Amino acid sequence: MRNTIKTHSLKLLCLAALSLLVSTAHAEVRIDDPWVRATVPGQSASGAFMRLTSSEPTKLVSASAKIADTVEVHEMSMADNVMRMKQIPAVDLPAGKTVELAPGGYHIMFFKLHSQLKDGDTVPMTLVFEDAQGKRSSVDVQAPVRPLTAAMPAGHGRMHHGASK
Amino acid sequence: MKKLMMPSHARGPIADPSTKPLRRRVLLSLAAVTALPLAACGRDGQLKNVHGIDLTDAKWAADFSLKDPDGKTRSMADFKDKLVMLFFGFTQCPDVCPTTLARAAQVKAGLGADGDKLQVLFITVDPERDTPAVLKAYTTAFDPGFLGLYGDAKQTTDTAKAFKVFFQKVPTGSSYTMEHTALTYVFDTHGQLRLALRHEQTAAECLSDIRQLL
Repeated sequence: MRNTIKTHSLKLLCLAALSLLVSTAHAEVRIDDPWVRATVPGQSASGAFMRLTSSEPTKLVSASAKIADTVEVHEMSMADNVMRMKQIPAVDLPAGKTVELAPGGYHIMFFKLHSQLKDGDTVPMTLVFEDAQGKRSSVDVQAPVRPLTAAMPAGHGRMHHGASK
Repeated sequence: MKKLMMPSHARGPIADPSTKPLRRRVLLSLAAVTALPLAACGRDGQLKNVHGIDLTDAKWAADFSLKDPDGKTRSMADFKDKLVMLFFGFTQCPDVCPTTLARAAQVKAGLGADGDKLQVLFITVDPERDTPAVLKAYTTAFDPGFLGLYGDAKQTTDTAKAFKVFFQKVPTGSSYTMEHTALTYVFDTHGQLRLALRHEQTAAECLSDIRQLL
């Protein structure tokens, strides 16, 4: 009896894992030019930037990374020469439209960094997306660290559009 | 090449009727060239076609008394004869602050030999987290000459108020971030507040504005 239950739950687990794989494949979110801003020793926060293009309406709902205690999705805006910053629940990714996470707009925020981020390091992180049906999928990203002084992403202006499928 | 130039050189000062109008034209254009910077700098202190906000006639003049990362108390008087770019920010800032300081470094480079006349000051609005060591490492990462300044909570609030700078703590999920005015103030070499550069201005636009103050 026990064995059967075990086998059964194992089957369920496999099925769940399989559906996760399938949903990941279906999300079709392309991530271009991810990068993280370097820090100086003792600096405990930084941000990640990239371009996201989804084949179907999707939302970026969260991110995680082992380099920091907390990872949040933030939006910066400028009004009357004042920089405003807030945590947002999601970034909408309309079908086929490239959405930039770039200085001057959205970014992924790392709080309580565990160590200094140096130019040339790579930051592994996981982005979680939610499609129109509420189905979640995750994508792993390897983001290179760029100098603190980087004003613009190196690939800025080189746009990819979702037509390549 | 030399052979070709020699005869004309030798002929130069000798009265050749054709050179007269040319010389006059040269003199006239020279006068125009020298008059241009005069008009642009404006002995009368007028700024022309600035991309930023002209604060020459601002009725308020601000000063500060804050510490640099080495513990030395600083005020505007310490930067006499320097062109001062002053910005309020915090080092945990992922976006506006590094972009602004990177732009300031571009402006300094763009000034060439006059770059020595520029002093960039970065006043933290987050002294709680911006320790002197972090502040120093941060500003000097952009340029070894950039100076970070800090005060206690009250000094920070008072200084911001004096400069009409807004800032506030914004709690996020587990921590906090800061909202703050993103203008860069520019003081001329007489310590007079002259300009506010907007965050949206490119380095070239800032450079064009600042050149008028030299």
